Amino acid sequence: MNAQLTGAARLEARFSALATQNRAAFVAYIMGGDPDLKTAQELLDGLPATGADIIELGLPFTDPMADGPAIQAAALRALGAGVRTKNVLAMAAKFRQKDTQTPVIVMGYYNPVHHMGCEAFTDACVAAGVDGAIMVDLPPEEDAPLRTAFDAAGLALIRLATPTTDDQRLPTVITGTSGFVYYVSVAGITGAAVPDADPVARAVSRIRAASGLPVAVGFGVRTTQKAAQIARVADGVVVGSAIVDAMASGGVKEALALARTLGRAVHTARQEVSQ
Amino acid sequence: MTVKTDDVQWPDARGRFGDFGGRFVAETLMPLILELESAWDEARNDPEFAKQMDGFLRDYVGRPSAVYHAERLSAEFGGAKIWFKRDELNHTGSHKINNCLGQVLLAKRMGKTRIIAETGAGQHGVATATMAARFGLPCVVFMGATDIERQQPNVFRMKLLGAEVIPVTSGTGTLKDAMNEALRDWVTHVDETFYVIGTVAGPHPYPHMVREFQSVIGREARAQILQREGRLPDACVACIGGGSNAMGLFHAFVPDKGVRLIGVEAAGLGIETGKHAASLKGGAPGVLHGNRTYLLQDDDGQIIDAHSISAGLDYPGIGPEHAHLHDVGRAEYVSATDKEALEMFQLCTKLEGIIPALEPAHALARVADLAKELGPKGLILMNMCGRGDKDVFAVAKHLGVKI
Ligand SMILES: Cc1ncc(COP(=O)(O)O)c(C=O)c1O
Repeated sequence: MNAQLTGAARLEARFSALATQNRAAFVAYIMGGDPDLKTAQELLDGLPATGADIIELGLPFTDPMADGPAIQAAALRALGAGVRTKNVLAMAAKFRQKDTQTPVIVMGYYNPVHHMGCEAFTDACVAAGVDGAIMVDLPPEEDAPLRTAFDAAGLALIRLATPTTDDQRLPTVITGTSGFVYYVSVAGITGAAVPDADPVARAVSRIRAASGLPVAVGFGVRTTQKAAQIARVADGVVVGSAIVDAMASGGVKEALALARTLGRAVHTARQEVSQ
Repeated sequence: MTVKTDDVQWPDARGRFGDFGGRFVAETLMPLILELESAWDEARNDPEFAKQMDGFLRDYVGRPSAVYHAERLSAEFGGAKIWFKRDELNHTGSHKINNCLGQVLLAKRMGKTRIIAETGAGQHGVATATMAARFGLPCVVFMGATDIERQQPNVFRMKLLGAEVIPVTSGTGTLKDAMNEALRDWVTHVDETFYVIGTVAGPHPYPHMVREFQSVIGREARAQILQREGRLPDACVACIGGGSNAMGLFHAFVPDKGVRLIGVEAAGLGIETGKHAASLKGGAPGVLHGNRTYLLQDDDGQIIDAHSISAGLDYPGIGPEHAHLHDVGRAEYVSATDKEALEMFQLCTKLEGIIPALEPAHALARVADLAKELGPKGLILMNMCGRGDKDVFAVAKHLGVKI
């Protein structure tokens, strides 16, 4: 029934459906084109069946300043295989032919988008059925060109809030954002430190109250235990480096197996508490 | 390209120099950068801070540095009179200390307890480690593995100064990779750490702050040349890695419409080979390391590795103010190859008894042409921004000499 929804609306529909079921979204991150387009497509296409509610598709970049070793290596593998931004968008387009319900957002760094041009990038996202984007190195102060184009197309430009985002800064971060807010649970790079559930819970309620949007939590969530803890307090749990690592060591099969256990942990987390 | 001067006082409140600069960092770093900006604004308007700076510049760095008429090189090139601004005589051997002094004093003022830096040639790393030693702060320097190989003496100096040198193997193991790693460290140690950036690049306020700390070079040199020659030079020439020694020299001369400002980028094996570090001549506008500027990049916006014999110039970007001065036509940007730099390194050493760093040896290559172009009435001021002691092993290797 939601087949027509796209962009920010597809994200909203997914979050509100999950809210009525009282469960958090399992957000799975994979690097586009890692280790090559064909294998990465297999992984992407297999994710919804594991329980992934939202997919974050990484855009490879030569200089991933906010990423730890796992995602750095994944980006270099993809680039080494000749994968470029347009190829990753083509992966999303292929995925969309089979799945019109699962929101897909791309996550990357601004230079490739800047190089393509914000409007051209927006058009390409719309054409590929991509619903939103996270630009790691594009803070609110600088994102107007992309935000304007995304707003016009109904796509979500998802902002990041972090442990350093204090009350004074939070309004800047959430003004003009849509879809959801991504809470970076630790001050650091992807895949490094592990977040504590208590401060995360406090941050999530603060951001949710201020923005009126769902809050997904990522950076450093690797285990089913941690994923379940976060799922009890947040609207979404993002797992990236662990899936990327599983892909590197055991290929699609292992990455999907991990996603399945993570998905189950996220989906059942709140039931376990209420029992 | 229109040739005009730029009378606006850049940067603006958003940290822009025209279309360039800005603050493109991960959200985790934004509050830190805003905190740094307000601390910097406070410090630069505080006479106490200026007094502290002046004292250290005089007694510790050894300023003012001399200007020197390079008579034999002038004769050799057969044209204009060439003067060197001798920033290679500074403590630690290059202009880098001017900036490190300022930033480490600011770090102390802000109550930061840990210093980090990236380095290419190791000059900025040495200068940062020096100031950190002087003020008793722990210091971590990120340095590309390739650069560690070609700048061994500086690696040992940093260690003697008590700094921890962390080899960076990602990418090509050069300056840009070291900067990525320093940013990763900063985002992980947000409370106690001050990141001392070594050039006029990075997110606002760094390009402004570093320019202000380096502008002592041009302020001194302008007064000195006026006193010695009774007039301003026809041209100021400086090499460009990120562009801090060049901005330092140029800044005082920007309003002097008759003075040409010439930046010399590293052409590596030749711009046509693709193996170079000339971001203005061979790059396009983009966003990296916190600012919008000219970058070496492919048709997907992926960053292309730079190449230069000189570790200090081996960077695929350039400070945003240079990008702006380039686009408005106030400054000219040319380049010199590895081979030319090696020749000038030897020539300057033989004729003037000054061993230049490989970086300013690039500038000298274009000074040679310009001297002929301007003729005997011409007057050129070049920033001799570093001494070549750090390069002797690498140069010997390039010349096939065993030492
Ligand atoms: C002697 C010397 N000159 C120049 C540079 C390049 O930096 P910048 O362009 O910021 O002056 C370096 C950098 O390491 C250097 O050591």
